[in-house]
Amino acid sequence: MTLTRRSLLASSAMAAAAATLPAIPAFAQSGDTIKVGILHSLSGTMAISETTLKDVMLMLIDEQNKKGGLLGKKLEAVVVDPASNWPLFAEKARELITQHKVAATFGCWTSVSRKSVLPVFKELNNILFYPVQYEGEESERNVFYTGAAPNQQAIPAVDYLMSKDGGEVKRWVLAGTDYVYPRTTNKILEAYLLAKGVAKEDIMINYTPFGHSDWQTIVADIKKFGSAGKKTAVVSTINGDANVPFYKELGNAGIKATDIPVVAFSVGEEELAGIDTKPLVGHLAAWNYFQSVKNPANEAFIKQWKAYKKSDKAVTNDPMEAHVIGFNMWIKAVEKAKSVAPDAVIDAIVGVEVPNLTGGISKMLPNHHITKPVLIGEIRADGQFDVVWQTKDLVPGDAWTDHLEGSKDLEADWVKLKCGNYNTKLKKCG
Amino acid sequence: MRIICLPLIALRRLASCLLFGLVLILSAQTQGALAGPLDEAAALFAKDSFTDTARAIELLADSGAEHAGPAIEALNDRRLFVAADQSVYFRDPTGAFIALATGQKLPAEPAGGTGVRVNNRIRGAINTALGTLTLQSPDPAKRRAAAEAVFKSRSPDSETALQAAMQNEKIAAIREIQQTALAAIIATSPNRSDIDRLAAIEVLKERGDREALTPLNQIPDSASANVKDAAKAAAQTINNRLATWSAVQNAWYGVSLGSVLLLAAIGLAITFGVMGIINMAHGEMVMIGAYATFIIQEIIRQNAPGLFEYSLAIAIPAAFIIAGLIGIAMERLVIRHLYGRPLETLLATWGISLILMQAIRTLFGPTNREVGAPAFMSGSFRIGLIDITYGRVWIVGFALVVFFAVLALLRFTPLGLQMRAVTQNRRMAASMGIRTARVDALTFGLGSGIAGLAGVALSQIDNVSPNLGQSYIIDSFMVVVFGGVGNLWGTLVAALSLGIANKFLEPFAGAVLGKIALLVFIILFIQKRPRGLFALKGRAVEQ
Repeated sequence: MTLTRRSLLASSAMAAAAATLPAIPAFAQSGDTIKVGILHSLSGTMAISETTLKDVMLMLIDEQNKKGGLLGKKLEAVVVDPASNWPLFAEKARELITQHKVAATFGCWTSVSRKSVLPVFKELNNILFYPVQYEGEESERNVFYTGAAPNQQAIPAVDYLMSKDGGEVKRWVLAGTDYVYPRTTNKILEAYLLAKGVAKEDIMINYTPFGHSDWQTIVADIKKFGSAGKKTAVVSTINGDANVPFYKELGNAGIKATDIPVVAFSVGEEELAGIDTKPLVGHLAAWNYFQSVKNPANEAFIKQWKAYKKSDKAVTNDPMEAHVIGFNMWIKAVEKAKSVAPDAVIDAIVGVEVPNLTGGISKMLPNHHITKPVLIGEIRADGQFDVVWQTKDLVPGDAWTDHLEGSKDLEADWVKLKCGNYNTKLKKCG
Repeated sequence: MRIICLPLIALRRLASCLLFGLVLILSAQTQGALAGPLDEAAALFAKDSFTDTARAIELLADSGAEHAGPAIEALNDRRLFVAADQSVYFRDPTGAFIALATGQKLPAEPAGGTGVRVNNRIRGAINTALGTLTLQSPDPAKRRAAAEAVFKSRSPDSETALQAAMQNEKIAAIREIQQTALAAIIATSPNRSDIDRLAAIEVLKERGDREALTPLNQIPDSASANVKDAAKAAAQTINNRLATWSAVQNAWYGVSLGSVLLLAAIGLAITFGVMGIINMAHGEMVMIGAYATFIIQEIIRQNAPGLFEYSLAIAIPAAFIIAGLIGIAMERLVIRHLYGRPLETLLATWGISLILMQAIRTLFGPTNREVGAPAFMSGSFRIGLIDITYGRVWIVGFALVVFFAVLALLRFTPLGLQMRAVTQNRRMAASMGIRTARVDALTFGLGSGIAGLAGVALSQIDNVSPNLGQSYIIDSFMVVVFGGVGNLWGTLVAALSLGIANKFLEPFAGAVLGKIALLVFIILFIQKRPRGLFALKGRAVEQ
């Protein structure tokens, strides 16, 4: 195409029109609807986990609209696809806030995607609800962490395995995928185990690349490590696609849960859907929610979800519950503040209590984490989990772990201290 | 229940004593043993706490009741229930309901039954109890499993039952397992004589595998220094043997990984190696083959469950045809317009790979799909001290069969001849009357079809998800480039040597560093020999 002055003029005029075009309906609509951003990958590697979270958000928004919306207005979902591409998460977050003028965003799965959008939410002062269990060591004014912090998943799971019911485990394999969440979690767990009197040679740490598919050597190593005469367990922070070949190899190698149990932090109902679970019966997972929890709130939710997905096989999982809690907390906070303005909601949401799906009442804490029960489930032959242990009370999420140097003196409090990393020794923020 | 009436007491009292005894015997016959171990076990099961359940299993196992074994098996399969009235019953494999306290069949299932929960601790207790109970079962397979279970649990409670079973055992292989089980009990339980312990250690040393190490490492502290030294020496002997065998094991793992690489790379060796097309959508052809397997299995599950054992055999041609047809369509619609422009081919095929992935994601959803393994592919066998899984053996065999079939096809069939002619000198081949466009399409289809075959095998060991192909594309290119572009034998050697090198590096360097080391090695190797291990010589190179 050759550029003449006329065509240049015409195209620039069109570009200007195109730029203003989406803005006009956005302003026109902001009068009668409240927009909610959904920032989950619908393509690429993470689509396997994140697509259902988009669906659950659409269902919740739909449901709220049927109840009459929020502050007399309808809610409107704005779905964008960051395509499992971490820098694109930041771009899409910016698009949601500046172009679509969303009141709050629900999204992200991996820690790296959350880290990538953080500066955007801080700069544009908006709200993100993050629904996935993560490594902790973070508390931001604009982010609400509705998934588990390490003290709400990893530590209780290890405590259970040390108990009589868990088999009094004395020897530990910490196996994970090589990235920030497993590395940080394993660092915390190692410090915790050493403090509990476990000898250094009784801990084996192993990392594998993303999507690792040949587990023969590592499973043989685990078997070898487990034959030392002490009860051995594997704590798995293996993430995503690598889990299926790992569990298949465990089954092939004949490692039964009664010999060497594996407790996983990233394997839920959704991930088990692709495996024949009969050889895996008895292996464990630690979460704050299981689909098999018997409770009227959960049963109603499962029914609603199956109807929404129009499939009797649709499963629910922990991050979905986190979105349910996060969404209900946001609704309550907006109603309390009588405004969707981020600053008002951030102030109003701390202390808000909503029922979770396991029969308790979760509360938003000043460190922007929530209280949750911790559940240990064993895999059943049908791919669901049997809850074999749970904490008596809800556990408050701890942003900065007490088991690592440099982190145990830090405290997050956005109400009194107005700070996400207050150092209690130096008595200052940051 | 025994009523003791002393002979010295008065007749009147004797009569009442007899009467009382009669009543008791009658009631015992009608209601089962009152407050006997079965009732106590039932009461404990009804509490449904793991500690009580474990105790109940012990009581049940010691009761000697005929239905104790079936009841414990039922608990293991979650067929043991507590009814609303706190009575405990189980469903036997025929579907009948049996009361735990009496062992009698119930006319109907009691109301409000909830299953008794089990966890790993309970499963361990179940295995121990069942092991003891089935030691003398008429079925040899059960006896063997029972002896293995006792060997694993090393529970001193099983000792008497084990010795009784050894008296009657006729099959030597099972007797041997029973002997090691007894040795494991003697070696690890307290209060044994040194002579017994030393003999037991000798038996365990004979067995000499990894499982024998566990009891050797668990000699109680109360044992004499003599015994401890003997156990240490025996463990050392076993460890030395295991170290020798670990080299064999690594080699086998390497061959097995190499066969997976080979399968994934053969198709690429044709599209990239023979035709020179940088086909980034190769991995997606593998993925489509895996999904074809999934579809075939779904159809079989719904329409003819009896054929499940043959599902993979049926999936092999299906996957080949589906992936091959998609390959031909790709070649006809896109790639043929881009011959001679490798960069554009690369971009176009990469685009196609994204389209295919998203199409599968839309059609089948983003989550993993379950592809089952037929019975002949599950389980493992043992050679020396290493366990080899049947699935891996089949995959190695399948990879070799595919490799030699492709080799034969290229060498001995007219189509193979035409393919080689076209790729070596297109114009000459055309002037000899070969329809080069058709041969191009068929060659590309063949390469894609073979990728589909790889998908059938990979569905057995990896995720069947839209991302399946992504993890194999880099490895496939690595193998083909390393082996020498255009040379199938090079692909075979490269796949196996990369697989074995990877597996020997992994124990020292870890999975992450091992992979990096291999990539660095290949980069350096390609610097030195740009045409790979087996470079083609002669005029074919020049084109």
